[in-house]
Amino acid sequence: MFGALKVRISQGRQYIPDLRRVTLKGFRGLPAFQPVPCPEACHACVDACPAAAISVAEPPVRLDLGRCMLCGECAVACPEAKLSFSTGHRLASSRRDGLVVGPGVAAPPAVEVSAALARAFGRSLRLRQVSAGGCAGCELELNATSNVNFDVGRYGIEFVASPRHADALVLTGPLTRNMAAAVELAYEAMPEPKFVIACGACAISGGPYAASSTLDRTFLRRFAPSLYVPGCPPHPLTIVNGILDLLGIDLRGPAR
Amino acid sequence: MTTASTLLAPVRDLAAGPREFFDRAAARLAAGARPVTFYGQPADDPASLTLTLVLEEEGRLSATRTAVSREKGFHALTRKFPALHAFEREIFEAHGVKPHDHPWLKPVRFSGPEPRQMDRYPFYVVEGAQVHEVAVGPIHAGVIEPGHFRFMCLGEVVHHLEIQLGYQHRGVERLLLQREPRALAPLVETIAGDSSVAHAWAYCDALEALAGLQAGPDVEASRALGLELERIAMHLGGLSGIAGDLAFLQGAATYGRLRTTAINTSMLVCGSRFGRGWARPGALRPGVDAEKAAAIRAALALLARDVAIVNEHLLSARSVQHRLHGVGVVRREQALEIGLVGLAARASGVACDARASLPGDLHAAHPVRALTERSGDCWARTVLRIREIDASIRWLGGLLDAHPALAPSAAPLGALAPDTLAVALREGWRGEVVHCLETDGQGRLRHYAVQDPSLRNWLGLALAVRGNEISDFPICNKSFDLSYCGNDL
Repeated sequence: MFGALKVRISQGRQYIPDLRRVTLKGFRGLPAFQPVPCPEACHACVDACPAAAISVAEPPVRLDLGRCMLCGECAVACPEAKLSFSTGHRLASSRRDGLVVGPGVAAPPAVEVSAALARAFGRSLRLRQVSAGGCAGCELELNATSNVNFDVGRYGIEFVASPRHADALVLTGPLTRNMAAAVELAYEAMPEPKFVIACGACAISGGPYAASSTLDRTFLRRFAPSLYVPGCPPHPLTIVNGILDLLGIDLRGPAR
Repeated sequence: MTTASTLLAPVRDLAAGPREFFDRAAARLAAGARPVTFYGQPADDPASLTLTLVLEEEGRLSATRTAVSREKGFHALTRKFPALHAFEREIFEAHGVKPHDHPWLKPVRFSGPEPRQMDRYPFYVVEGAQVHEVAVGPIHAGVIEPGHFRFMCLGEVVHHLEIQLGYQHRGVERLLLQREPRALAPLVETIAGDSSVAHAWAYCDALEALAGLQAGPDVEASRALGLELERIAMHLGGLSGIAGDLAFLQGAATYGRLRTTAINTSMLVCGSRFGRGWARPGALRPGVDAEKAAAIRAALALLARDVAIVNEHLLSARSVQHRLHGVGVVRREQALEIGLVGLAARASGVACDARASLPGDLHAAHPVRALTERSGDCWARTVLRIREIDASIRWLGGLLDAHPALAPSAAPLGALAPDTLAVALREGWRGEVVHCLETDGQGRLRHYAVQDPSLRNWLGLALAVRGNEISDFPICNKSFDLSYCGNDL
């Protein structure tokens, strides 16, 4: 009894009151581009990138957040300090091509609210996550969205065990061949209406595994995601804000 | 700086004839040498397979190798030394070279190209009119990775569990050979994403050894800071999971938010909650200035205080004691026999911790004692996490006293020594992570073998659940908390 009270007192208040307006400390997030020209024929950033996310073939430089691991190697390699990473975590997009940033495109465009999805799931969304080659990074951060800090349950959003109870399939990992059949089965088992969320660079594009011969990404060619959540892994706030944007949810934190 | 947990040897010094190789291996294993890894790779002669065995003996690593005929195969060491079972299965699966008389020659990760190969696992069958099977997975109830468990039960009691893995196989080792060897760290950090620092550090050790570079005291201290924060965070996450599976929800919530403190400290230092970008070859990337050092100390102080409060509450609860004591036992002899490593081994009384047994200058200056428990049950694996969190917090205090600031630095990495093998071990939170890098005559990478502790420990989970009720499986599983992707590569 006293033990429980002591824990409760030490716990204090841990939840983040307003998930929509949080500034992170130290997070290596949204890339930024200084208005300095690239040296002639320089491709140091392209060479340093582990996920082929950067193109400099035709200026200006472009970075695809759908591939980017946010590792920061390009910023270290750039001789002109043109590239840097801010703490920005609002990276999700409802369009795959919305993930490409560069000079003039500072961030992915705001996620377009889906009227249909908002009507169906705006007050209650059940998610079934399936990992197909994920490294546990995305899985841990998806779990974190439900912990006492982020508490996404306050919006009626919850992970469920059975695909029969799920509205959206959250895919993590580059989609391995050995998981292809199971991914299909899980999606087939979900009732309509349903949609797909691609979580993390691997799910969106294959990420650092895009060139591997062990993948089978045909599922994503047939069922295009309604939401792309970049990162390696994505920060819980990137995930939560992406989903809330898609469903048009912008409730302030509860009054205190 | 020197470190006993890295071995560097010209390839030509390792060669032995097959008979000498197997005789010597058997003799040394019988004398108590601990197998670290055993793997195959293509030989120059296409009719042969090169086998490399790495042992730990009396505080040092040693490696030997031989070539065997692909057609004839070799006699399995597993029959006498079951700790090698996974290695020989792996050799057979990857290269088709048969370890004859292997008692359990099953697929490790289904690395072949067939689309429906996962349907063809050769399950062991327990026969009897009252025996029933329970199949779970590959997709599990929670937000976790996939794997298939098949329980053979009599009533509620599990007589045998088979664990079929490979769903996460994404070809890591092949990709590692296709890229610039000095720039592999971001990929290495995704081998087992919850052990990013451990894998990246082992990779750095091996690569720096090949490049003739010795990491300085500050570089090692920086990496150790990242590794111990990773250990604290993942142990807290494990305790949160165990408490959740016990329906001890206050524990689940509290350990969960304490993990947030630990990983946010990692993010503050290196930009990632998983320590990604922390360890880079030749470099000290995430500097720690006075302000960051103060933030780390404040976080450690908060953890020390609040973790103790929830520990006391968890461990004194009758319900928790009842659910953990005597459940999921792996006896010491079993642990030694099947070659468990890391936390799972230590919980069964085997003092297996590379920080203690293979210390370099860093761990000589700041010693780590291998903590052990004796009962080998879920209680032991829970209590050991708690003790290791306490020990790591204290250890980091001493480290920060000795290194109050860590300035970023970067040393150029020269050419890699040709025809050389580097084997590096780092003790991650789950156990030893092993990276074996070998160069060819031009100093390019010829072979890269990765080993996550999970490869060794999955069989421990299978043994732990025998004789237990099937409803205790989630606790047993969580108490091991093994990596699927680390096994599947």
